Amino acid sequence: MKKRIDEALERILPNVQKPARYVGGEYNQTVKDLQADSIDLRVAFCFPDTYEIGMSNLGIRILYGIMNQMPGVWCERVFTPWGDMEEAMRQVGVPLYALESHDPVKDFDMIAFSVGYEMSYTNILTMLDLAGVPLHAADREGLHNIVFAGGACTYNPEPLADFFDFFSLGEGEQSTVEILECYRAAKQAGLSKAAFLENVSKIPGVYVPSFYEHRYNPDGTLAEIVPLHGAPAKVTKRIVQDLDKAYYPTKTIVASTEIVHDRMNLEVMRGCIRGCRFCQAGYTYRPVRPRLPETLFDQAVASLEDSGCHEITLSSLSTSDYRYLEPLTDRLTDYCAARKINLSVPSLRADNFSRELMLKLQKVRKSGLTFAPEAGTQRLRDAINKNVTEEDILKTCEIAFAGGWNNVKLYFMLGLPTETDEDVIGIGDLVYKIYNTWKACASNKKRGVRIHVAVAFFVPKPFTGFQWEQQTTPEEYLRRCRLLKEHLNNKSVEFNYHEAKLSELEAVLARGDRRLGALLEAAWRKGAKLDGWMEYFDYDKWIAALEECGIDRSFYTTRGFGLDEVLPWDTIDPGVTKRFLLRERERAYRSEITPDCRHGCAGCGANRLLDCGVCDP
Amino acid sequence: MSRLLFTKEGPAVWMSHLDLMRTLQRAFRRGGLMLKHSQGYSPHPELSIVLPLSVGVSSVCELADFELEPDCSVPVGEIAARLNPVLPAGIRVLDCFEQGKKAGKLAFLRSELRLTYDQATGNRQQATDPSVAAHSVRHAVPRSDEAEGERISPLASLGRNDRVEALRELFARPSLIVEKHGKNGPVELDLSPMIRSLSVSSQNGREIMIEVLGCAQNPTLNPLLLAAAIERYLPECRPDFVQCRRIEVYDAEMQVFR
Repeated sequence: MKKRIDEALERILPNVQKPARYVGGEYNQTVKDLQADSIDLRVAFCFPDTYEIGMSNLGIRILYGIMNQMPGVWCERVFTPWGDMEEAMRQVGVPLYALESHDPVKDFDMIAFSVGYEMSYTNILTMLDLAGVPLHAADREGLHNIVFAGGACTYNPEPLADFFDFFSLGEGEQSTVEILECYRAAKQAGLSKAAFLENVSKIPGVYVPSFYEHRYNPDGTLAEIVPLHGAPAKVTKRIVQDLDKAYYPTKTIVASTEIVHDRMNLEVMRGCIRGCRFCQAGYTYRPVRPRLPETLFDQAVASLEDSGCHEITLSSLSTSDYRYLEPLTDRLTDYCAARKINLSVPSLRADNFSRELMLKLQKVRKSGLTFAPEAGTQRLRDAINKNVTEEDILKTCEIAFAGGWNNVKLYFMLGLPTETDEDVIGIGDLVYKIYNTWKACASNKKRGVRIHVAVAFFVPKPFTGFQWEQQTTPEEYLRRCRLLKEHLNNKSVEFNYHEAKLSELEAVLARGDRRLGALLEAAWRKGAKLDGWMEYFDYDKWIAALEECGIDRSFYTTRGFGLDEVLPWDTIDPGVTKRFLLRERERAYRSEITPDCRHGCAGCGANRLLDCGVCDP
Repeated sequence: MSRLLFTKEGPAVWMSHLDLMRTLQRAFRRGGLMLKHSQGYSPHPELSIVLPLSVGVSSVCELADFELEPDCSVPVGEIAARLNPVLPAGIRVLDCFEQGKKAGKLAFLRSELRLTYDQATGNRQQATDPSVAAHSVRHAVPRSDEAEGERISPLASLGRNDRVEALRELFARPSLIVEKHGKNGPVELDLSPMIRSLSVSSQNGREIMIEVLGCAQNPTLNPLLLAAAIERYLPECRPDFVQCRRIEVYDAEMQVFR
């Protein structure tokens, strides 16, 4: 089969865009010998988007390394082919194959997905179908081709419940190993799939959707969720207790073609102390756990030397909140400057950006500045708990402009709860003030200034303070975009806003329930694929699928969820409690901020996941 | 500037020129070889590829010029041993030279074109994307639906020797005009003046090999255009699949170019 696939690829690849992403062979890919390495468990690790996106994902690299460290296990990568490649593969009859061995995915014991974005759901169906694996979990018999998933989207896995045998919630460093061992034991014992699922459901953090019955009220809302087969009423996500001892991929695959984040990644901490009320990651990655600067420096040096990359980024949800940022960047800038390596620090906040840090980052190469005030007025920034003041933003811009920067990117959201036209116009005012700051402080005015304003359509997500909120209608969002545009008439300002229809569907899938499995399948059968890409996103196909399934999208978007309503994701426990989220919602409506974790514990509940029970943010 | 001789085969043939540049730059760092960087706002490493290769074409004679940092003194004899363990599959350093001949002296290029006649699937796809279309014309030969339905080789009536003869005659013509997709749309190009010598041979009924020695620079003969010429002048000899391999480079005196 491999030979047949390789021969067919020789002929397909000249006709597709960027063929290098379909052949593997990169430096540091893991190749094992089925006999010599006594491989008894093969995992096809699938990412439901393109190679360029998937290879930029840190979680994939961590779990790839961890699985391949296990004796007898060979984990290989699989990505979604671009439309031209999918078409060519279907024409010639090449099934979905793994990049390392070019063996068909159908030959693998387990098929694991990492799902991080709602609009990649149809890609999962494309991949299963291209692999020749039945889409529905119920149609897959036996232990061969067990399909499971983890990743950010699995905090509400319900829209995907029909297709997956189980989900792995939270951080997979340990649970993935336990899951694979459980599978191996089941395979050796010749257990049935049902018996395996019962065993695997006993691993903390594993959620088997078929073990829960969802019952609905006549009005379509959820009535109750009934656990079956002795499954737990709540499945709590897993976390790594000590990040300094956790596996980190310092010997990782170096892509042979350009990927989105084509650099080394140093994860300085997990979790975020801030608690922005719209941010799912901010809540679900809790509790906050920093890595020690010594660990990070060693990991940086090891990964840079092994990969040969000339760029490294300090990543986390809010890197300027990393408590050892200064000692770390001090050591790193010296190391990097001597070797002409760029050090980049994304996710800076406007309220604690220092001149010193800026100068350090400038040593090798000057990149653009990006800030996310998210809202235009202080009142709304308080309501969403984005605790950045106008003064902070302007002061930061002042430092940056005086330091020679002339390129600023600003991210905002429209459609936020409690937002009024005043808040929309407030964005225009803020941008104008930033422009004036440049005029007053720029060290070199000849080169002009570029202020990029990017606006996203607010999508209420599960496990946020806004999980119950109504989404604004696309029409109203677009009206607000136009209103903002009228208040951004400056040649130095570039204005972009997200597609309304895409964000509307994203809201449907983010807060969807189990009934959406039919919608996903219908949309996919109508040709929906690569929905996150404007080249392919086709709203009409989704509208037709919604109609065909008799699903009213407003039920999931503009209706909003009742505070007492049973939520589709109520079975999942991500650490933060519902009580806390409800309190955050109430504070939002009073435009009352919640201080960050370092200024006092807000009692979110994520500390319960720590063995010691106490966070050290 | 020192010069590297390396291969680009296997999975590496699908890497683009820019991919290859990035890969080599990183391999130098991995091998503990610090490339000299240019001065200025955005310093970049001193590394260039003498004659960029089309995506999909394999080669056993690629040349890259580089300069190491003054404080990184590694004898050229050691470079291959440093790089080979850290290169991806398909790229292998064969040799390294203290100083290469001037790139402008590169005059001729020997390539091998393998034409396959097997009615196999894989190249029927009609590309719709213009950037891909340009590629497919040169590379794999799209076939019409009628021909597909009949499953009869277009050369069924032609014996193997007839086919070889027909191709020999074709490439002996005084002029061979093909359409090339340039930056400003299609342009007509005469291949004949760029061909210095060419031979056609066949080991079996399925494959014909064309070995061509052509101009390497100003202008460069892209050997894949020979397949375009077959398609234009001898549609009955149109192969099902074309593979191209770069064999050797020479200077104007036909000395191997290094």
